[in-house]
Amino acid sequence: MTRKTRRLWLVLACVACLGTAAALILRAFSSDIVFFVTPSQVEASPPPADRTVKLGGMVVAGSVKREKHGETPVATFAVTDGQAAVTVQYEGILPDLFREGQSVVAIGTVKPPHGFVASEVLAKHDETYMPKEVAEALKKSGKWDPRFGPPPSAASWNTMTVQDAGKSLSAPAPAN
Amino acid sequence: MLSPELGHYALALACVLAAVQGIIPLIGASRRDARLMALAPGLAIGQMIALGVSFLSLIYAAVTDDFSVQNIAENSAVSKPLLYKITGVWGNHEGSILLWALILGLCGAAVAAFGRNLPSALRARVIAVLGLVATGFELFCLTTSDPFARIWPAPMDGQGMNPLLQDPGLAFHPPILYTGYVGFAVPFAFAIAALIEGRVDAAWGRWVRPWAVAAWCFLTCGIAMGSWWSYYVLGWGGYWFWDPVENASLIPWLTGTALIHSAIVVEKREALKIWTVLLAIATFSFSLSGTFLVRSGILNSVHAFANDPARGVFILGLLGVVIGGSLALFAYRAPTLTAGGLFAPISREGALVLNNILLCSLCAVVLTGTMYPPFMSLLFDRTISVGKPFFDATTIPLALPLFIFMGFGPMLPWKRAQLWPVLQKLWLAAIVAALACAVAVFELSGVLAILCAAAALWVIAASVTDLAERTKLFRVPVATSLQRARMLPRAIIGTAIAHAGVGITVLGLAAMSQAQHKIVEVPIGTTEQLAGYDWTLKAVEQEPGPNYTAMVATLEVRRNGRLVTVMHPSKRSFNSQNQTTTDVAIHTNMLADLYGVLGDRHGPDTSPTYVLRLHYNPLAPWMWLGALIMAFGGALSLSDRRMRVGAPQRAKPTPASTSVA
Repeated sequence: MTRKTRRLWLVLACVACLGTAAALILRAFSSDIVFFVTPSQVEASPPPADRTVKLGGMVVAGSVKREKHGETPVATFAVTDGQAAVTVQYEGILPDLFREGQSVVAIGTVKPPHGFVASEVLAKHDETYMPKEVAEALKKSGKWDPRFGPPPSAASWNTMTVQDAGKSLSAPAPAN
Repeated sequence: MLSPELGHYALALACVLAAVQGIIPLIGASRRDARLMALAPGLAIGQMIALGVSFLSLIYAAVTDDFSVQNIAENSAVSKPLLYKITGVWGNHEGSILLWALILGLCGAAVAAFGRNLPSALRARVIAVLGLVATGFELFCLTTSDPFARIWPAPMDGQGMNPLLQDPGLAFHPPILYTGYVGFAVPFAFAIAALIEGRVDAAWGRWVRPWAVAAWCFLTCGIAMGSWWSYYVLGWGGYWFWDPVENASLIPWLTGTALIHSAIVVEKREALKIWTVLLAIATFSFSLSGTFLVRSGILNSVHAFANDPARGVFILGLLGVVIGGSLALFAYRAPTLTAGGLFAPISREGALVLNNILLCSLCAVVLTGTMYPPFMSLLFDRTISVGKPFFDATTIPLALPLFIFMGFGPMLPWKRAQLWPVLQKLWLAAIVAALACAVAVFELSGVLAILCAAAALWVIAASVTDLAERTKLFRVPVATSLQRARMLPRAIIGTAIAHAGVGITVLGLAAMSQAQHKIVEVPIGTTEQLAGYDWTLKAVEQEPGPNYTAMVATLEVRRNGRLVTVMHPSKRSFNSQNQTTTDVAIHTNMLADLYGVLGDRHGPDTSPTYVLRLHYNPLAPWMWLGALIMAFGGALSLSDRRMRVGAPQRAKPTPASTSVA
C-alpha cells in the first residue's frame, strides 16, 4: 500500500466521522432544541403541540391549586410575565424551592384545552436569584426595572399597566 | 501559629517561588546551565510546601471558627459538624481556587520527585511550565479572590453552608475531580517543553503516558462521583443532566481518553507525535476553561461578568495567555517536529487512530451542544436550550462504532494485521453480543438502547476473549494459563479491565433508559405497585436533627408477599436558612435500585396525604461501578514495569521509578 493510499484512508476516516457528527448535530438541532418562551408569546402565537418548549415567568400568587386525579397528584398554577398568564398543569412533585410569587421554568408542551402541560418544573433559585430568561422577559415587558428594587408581586402584574409600573417604580427614585 | 496572615504570606511566597520556578530553569535549559536547571526541583517542592502551609492555615481558621475571616464567616457556622468545617474550605470559590493551586503545586513537586530519570533540560522545562501556570493562578487567587480577607467587625456566628453541600459524597468529590483536571497540566507541560525543545520521540511518549493515565483515572472517578452525588442527593431519579458544568468535565475526559491512546502510538511507533502534543494542549485547555468559564457562570450568563468584572477579566486574560500562548507556540514549532510515518489502516495503530477520530468527533458534538446556546443568546439574542434528547441523538450513534472497534483494537497486531484471524478469535464474543441483542429486543425498548446493550456485551466479551487468548485459557492446562497470566504485562490486563469497565457502564446506561417511576399522593397505609414490587407507606413521623427537623416516612417494599426492604425517605427543613432538602432512600441489590422520595404533605391533620415518588432503576449501580473499574484498569496499567522503568533511549538507564500514585 503506497503512502498516498494510506493518507487517503486517514482523510476518509476523518471526513466520515466528522461528517457524521455534523449531520447528527444538524438533524438534532432541527428537532431537539428547546426554545424559551414567555406567557405572552404563547398567547400571541402558540407553538405546535408536539414541540417541547421552556416556559418561564413568575408564579401568580394565589393561583396554585393541588388536585388528585385518582392517586396522581396534579398541580395547576398560572405563570405570568406581566402581559399574559398561562395556566400550567403538572403531574408530580413540585420542587422544594417552588413558591408563589417567585420565578419558575416549566418544560413541556402547549395543549390548548389544558393550557400548558409540563413534564418538568424547575425552580432553581433562592429569594434573590431569578433565572436570567425570566428577568429579561420582565424587563422587556416594562414591569420591572432592577435598579428600583425587587420585582413587584406577581399577582398584580396582569392588572398593572406599564404606566402604573413606571409610577410605582419611579416613586422611590427621588431618594437617590 | 497558623494564622490567616501566615496563610496569606505563604500564598504570596508560593506565588513568588512559582514565578522564579517558571523563569530560572527555562533560562538554564536554553543556556545549558546545569546549576540553574538544578534549581527547578527545589523550587517546585518549596512552592508546594508554601501552598500546603497556606491551605492548612485556612483549614485551621475554619476548624477554630475564626469568623473574622470573610470566607469562613460566609461559608461556615459554629453548629456545622467538624468534617464539613474542613471540607467546606473547598466548597466555595476562593477556597476551591486555593485547592486548585495546591494540587498544581503537588503535580510540580511530583515531577520533581519522580522525574529523576528525565533528561535534565526536559525536566527543568516541564517544571518551569508548571511554575508559569501556577504563577497565574496564585496571582488570580491573591488579587481577585483572596481566601484570607478579614472583615471587621467579626460576626458572632457564620452564615452557614448550603445544606445540599452537607454531604460526604460532595465533600470528597471536588479534590478528586480537581486532581483529574489539574493532573492534565503535567502532560501539557511535557507538550510545551517538547515544543520548546523541538523534539518528540518514543521516549517522550513513554514519559508522558503515566501522568496522563493517572490524571485520567482521577478524572474518571471524579465524574462518576459527581454523577452519583446528583443521583442520590438531588432526588430527581436521574444521573446526568447534560448541563454545562457536567459537560465541562466530560469534554476533557474525552480528549484525555484520546490522549492516553495516542501516546501509545508515539511510544511504540513514533507516529502521531504532533497530534499527541496538540491533544495534550487541548485537554488541559478544556480542563481550564471548563472549570473557570463554566463554573464562574460567565458562559451561562453574560451578567455574571458584571457582578465581578475584575475576576472575569482576569480569568479571560489568564485563559487567553495559557491557551492562546500554547497554541501559538504549537503553530510556530509544530512544523519543525519530524512527522512520523503513516501506517496501514488495519493494524493496532490504525485502530488507535480510529479511536482518536471517534473520540474527538464525540468531543466536538458535546462541545457544540454546550456552546451553542450561549452563543445564540449572545449573538442573536435568542434563548434556547439543548438537553438529553439532543445529546442522545448525537452522541450514541457516534459512540456505537467506537464500542464495536474497541473489541477489535487490542487484538490487532502492530504494523500490519489481517482482520480475518482476529474475527475468528472473536466469534464467541460476537455470539454473546448477538444473543444480548436478541434478549435486549424483548427486554428493552428503543433501538439505541438495544444496540447499546449489545455493544456493551460485545466490549466485555471481547475484553475477556483478549485475556483468554493471551493466556491460552482452556487450550493448555489451567496452571499454565495462570502462569501465563502472571507473566502478562500489567498494561495489557489493565487495558482489558478498563475496556470491560466501559462495557459495564454502557450496560448500566442502556438498562437505565428503561427505568420506571410513579408519582402518587396517598394516605398512610396505601400500597402501590411498581415493577413487580408492592410499596406500602407504613408511617410518617417528625424527627428532630442537629440543625433541621425531618419528616421521615417508613416505606415497606415487598415482592410476592416477601419483605424486601424497609426504606426511610425523608424531607428536611433547615431552621436557619428556611430551606428544605429531600433525603432519598435507596435500596440496591446491585441488579436494580429501589429509589423512594418523600414529597409534600397535604390535606387536613386528621387524614393527611403524602406525595411519594417511587423509582425502579435497573442496573443503576453498574454505571458508577463501571467507571471505578475503568479507573482501576488505568491504575493497574500504571503499575506496569514498562511504564515505571524510565526511558533507556535518551537518558542513562536507571532503575529509578517514575510511578505516580
